[in-house]
Amino acid sequence: MAGLAASFGSGAMTNSITDLGQSDCFLITGSNTTENHPVIATVVKRAITQRGAKLILADPRNIELAKFATVHLRQKPGTDIAWINGLINIIIDEDLLDSKFVSERTENFEAVKEAVKKYTPEYVESITSIPGEDLIEAARLYAKAGAASILYAMGITQHITGTDAVKSLANLAMITGNIGKPGTGVNPLRGQNNVQGACDMGCLPGNFTAYLQVANEEHRRKFEDAWGVELNPNPGLTIPRIIEGAGAGTIKALLVMGENPMMSDPDLSHVEHCLSKLDLLVVQDIFLNETALLADVVLPSCTWAEKEGTFTNTERRVQMVRKAVSAPGEARNDWEILKLLANKMGAGWKYATAKDVMDEINNVTASYKGITYERIGKTGIQWPCPTLDHPGTPILHGITFTRGKGLFSVTEYVPAAEQTDEQFPFVLTTGRILYQYHTATMSRRSLGLVSRTPEAFVEIHPSDAKELGIKPGDEIEVSSRRGSITLKADVGKRVEKGVVFIPFHYSEAAVNRLTIAALDPVADIPEYKVCAVKLRKCA
Amino acid sequence: MKIIIDGKEIEFSPGQTIYQVAKSAGIHIPVLCHQEQVKPVGACRVCVVEIEGARSLMAACAMPAGDGMVVSTNTERVRNARRIIVEMLMTQGHHNCITCESSGDCVLQDLAYELGLDAPRFDGPATLLPGETGNEMIVRDMNKCVLCGLCVRACNEIQVNLVLDYIGRGSNSKVGPPFGQRYEESNCVFCGECLRVCPVGALYEKQGRFQGRTRDLEKVRTTCSYCGVGCQMDVRVKNGKIVKVTTDREGMPAPNFGSLCIKGRFGYDYVHHPERLTKPLIRRDGELKEASWDEAAGFVGEKLASIKQAHGADAIAGLSSARCTNEENYLFQKLLRAVVGTNNVDHCARL
Repeated sequence: MAGLAASFGSGAMTNSITDLGQSDCFLITGSNTTENHPVIATVVKRAITQRGAKLILADPRNIELAKFATVHLRQKPGTDIAWINGLINIIIDEDLLDSKFVSERTENFEAVKEAVKKYTPEYVESITSIPGEDLIEAARLYAKAGAASILYAMGITQHITGTDAVKSLANLAMITGNIGKPGTGVNPLRGQNNVQGACDMGCLPGNFTAYLQVANEEHRRKFEDAWGVELNPNPGLTIPRIIEGAGAGTIKALLVMGENPMMSDPDLSHVEHCLSKLDLLVVQDIFLNETALLADVVLPSCTWAEKEGTFTNTERRVQMVRKAVSAPGEARNDWEILKLLANKMGAGWKYATAKDVMDEINNVTASYKGITYERIGKTGIQWPCPTLDHPGTPILHGITFTRGKGLFSVTEYVPAAEQTDEQFPFVLTTGRILYQYHTATMSRRSLGLVSRTPEAFVEIHPSDAKELGIKPGDEIEVSSRRGSITLKADVGKRVEKGVVFIPFHYSEAAVNRLTIAALDPVADIPEYKVCAVKLRKCA
Repeated sequence: MKIIIDGKEIEFSPGQTIYQVAKSAGIHIPVLCHQEQVKPVGACRVCVVEIEGARSLMAACAMPAGDGMVVSTNTERVRNARRIIVEMLMTQGHHNCITCESSGDCVLQDLAYELGLDAPRFDGPATLLPGETGNEMIVRDMNKCVLCGLCVRACNEIQVNLVLDYIGRGSNSKVGPPFGQRYEESNCVFCGECLRVCPVGALYEKQGRFQGRTRDLEKVRTTCSYCGVGCQMDVRVKNGKIVKVTTDREGMPAPNFGSLCIKGRFGYDYVHHPERLTKPLIRRDGELKEASWDEAAGFVGEKLASIKQAHGADAIAGLSSARCTNEENYLFQKLLRAVVGTNNVDHCARL
C-alpha cells in the first residue's frame, strides 16, 4: 500500500473486479488467487478460457493458476524486484514502451531507465533462476497486450523489500501505459474482508480517515474541530513496534479488537514474551483465541451475522452488512463496546446505531462523503465518492494520477534478510489455503471447512523428501533459529526443491513460531515469505 | 430491429435471444436448463415457442431474435409440447416433493403446476439411487436430477473449476466428477455453484437438510465476512439460527454476481459454535472469571486512566480489526486518538 501510494498517490486497487474481465493479459504475482480470492480467480479464468486472455504467473509455487498460465515464472522466494526490473529492462530495450504515456503522465522515468539497465535476462536468471527466454516472453506478452492488468497480494509485500517491489510493479504498469483504462491497472488483492476499510477509517498509526495525516497540522485541525479535542501530533507505532514496545516496557496497555497477534505476528515466542509484560491486555473477540488466553480482560463481541455496518472490499466498494441473527448471551457489537469504554473514560459518546457512526464518517471523510446507508442499500459504491449524487469510481487515475503525475521509483534487488546455510538449508515460505482463514478462529470452528483440511501440513518437494527419508504423511519437525513446530509432510511438486511451504492457520503448529521479524523499512511488513529452516523426520 | 412477441412489437439489439427480448418486455417464457451467466444450449426445450414460418417449435433460450420475426409464446401447440416435455422430465427419476429440500423452490415443480399436470402418465425408473452424503457441504440426490446440465456449465463456464461433466450414455447418463468419483474424491473445491444453479432438488446443502423449507426462511442480504472480495450473499434464517447461505440463481449484483467459495457458502456455522464468548471475563488470581459489563468496562476505564496518568497516553496502544466494520474501525481509532490521546493504532493489514 505504501508503495502504490508513493507511485500513484493512492494505495488501493486501481481497477475493479468486474473490470478485470476486460483484460487481455494478466500478470499475477504473489497471489494464490484461486485459494485466497476464489471469486476473483473466476473472473480471471473466464477471461483466459472464454476470451483468450493471456496469463503471466510469477510464483515460486506450482499453484492452481499455473494450469491457466501462458508462461509461469518460478522465481526463488525473495527475488521479485530482480525479475520485475528485468521485465522493464526488456520492454525498454525492445522499444515496447508507451512513450506518450510516459512523457505526458509520469515523472522520473530516466532514473529508472538507467537503474534497470543492469537487470539483463542473464543477470535476472542468476538471481531468480527464471530462464531468460521465459522472462523475454513474459515482457513481450505484457507490453504488447491491448490492456494488461497486474494482480498481486502478500507474496509481493511480505518481504523486507515489499514496498519497493510494489513500486517496481507500478513502474512496469506506467512504462506500458497500463493505468487508468478498463482492463488495466495495478491491483492489490486485500486478504481480509475489511482490510481496505480499516485502512480507510484511519486504523493506521499515521493516518486519519481517507489517509489524512496525523503529522499534518491542517489535517489534524480538521479532526480536532470535528471531535472537539486537542490531538496528539506524533504518528503512532505500527504493530511490530507496538509489540516491541510492550517487551521494552514503553507500552503498558494494549487494546485488541478482533485480532489475534499470538497467531498472526512473526516470531510468536517473542510476541508472547512481550505481551506478558503488559500491565493491561484487553481483547474483544468472538472466541477465546490464542491472544485472549493471555488477556486481563476479555469482552465478548458479535460476528458479522449479528450486526449492522459496512465493509469496504478490495475494489474500494463499500457494502452493507446486515443483522441476520441475535448474538449469544451478553455479547455486544464492537462499536457498542467501544462506546462503553469511551464513556467510562468520560467521552460522552451518543451514537445509538451504526448508521449514526456512518453519518459522522461521511462528514469527516472526503472519499466517503456520498456513501450513505440509503445509497448503498442495494449495491455498494466504490470510493472516491465525494458527493451525494456521485456514482462512485470504478477506475482510478483515469485522466491524472491521484498525486498528479505518476512517479517512477528506482528500486534495487536486495537479498532476503535470512539466507539458507548449512544448518538451516531450506527456504520456508508461508501463506493461506482455500479452506481456512487467517488465524482460523472462525474457519476451524466450521464443520465443512475443518473436514477439508483438518490438520497442519508442510509442502516438501519429492526429491528433498527422498533425501531426508520422508514419506507423505510423516510427522516432520521444522525448525528455524526462533523455534520449531511439528506437522505432517505433504510431499509434492507444488514447491521447488529447497523450498517448503506451510500455511499459518494452525495454532498447534503455528508457523509464525519460525518466521523472522525482519521488517520492510517503509511499511513495517514482516518478511513472512522467506526464512531459513531445517527439517527432521520425527521418530 | 423489431420483433413481435405475442402481438407486442419490441425493439431489440442484434445477438439477443428470443427469451432475452421477451423477458425484457415482461413476457414470461418458462426456462429450466437456462441461466443468464452460461451459454444457452436448449437442452430441456421447455422454453419452446412458435415462430411464424418455422416448421418446428424453437427453443427461445437459444434462438436469436430476428428482425420482423413473429413469435407466439403460449399457443395450444406450445403448451402441449411443454406438457409432454415436463412429463418426460418427471419420469426421469423420483420427483417426490413431500420431503424434498427444494419443494417450493423448484423449477420442475413450478412447471408441472403451471402446465396443469395432474399426475404423470408414465412410470419412472424402478430403482432408487442412494443419495451421496459423504461430505459436509453438498448432498447429491441423482434421483431428482433432470440432466439439464446447468451444474456442468456453471462448474466449467462460471467458476471454471472444470470438475463436472456428463458421464455415461443414453439412459445411464449422469452428471458428476470424472470416473464416477464422489465430490470429495475429486478436484471439487466446494464453491457450491452447481448447487446454486440446480433448478430441482438434486443438489442441496447438507447442513440445511430438514432445517427449514425456503418459504419458511428469512432472507437477509449481506456481505461475506471472509476475504476481501466482498461477495454479496443471502443469509437464510429460521428461529434465530442460520440454516444456510444462498445466492439467487440469477440477478445477483457485483462484485460476485452470485458466485461464492466454500468459505462464504458453507463456512457460517462458527456463528453458532458452543465456544462463543457470551460474558465479559476479568483475570482474577490468574484465571479468567465472568464479570458484568459494567465491572469489566469500569476496570478497563480506570486502568487506562491510571496508566495514562503515570506513563502518558503513548504508553497505550490499540490493534483494530480488518474483520470488523468500517463503523467499528472508525470508533476504534477515535477512541485511541480523541479519548486516550495516542496515535498508537494499527491493524493487521500487514500480516
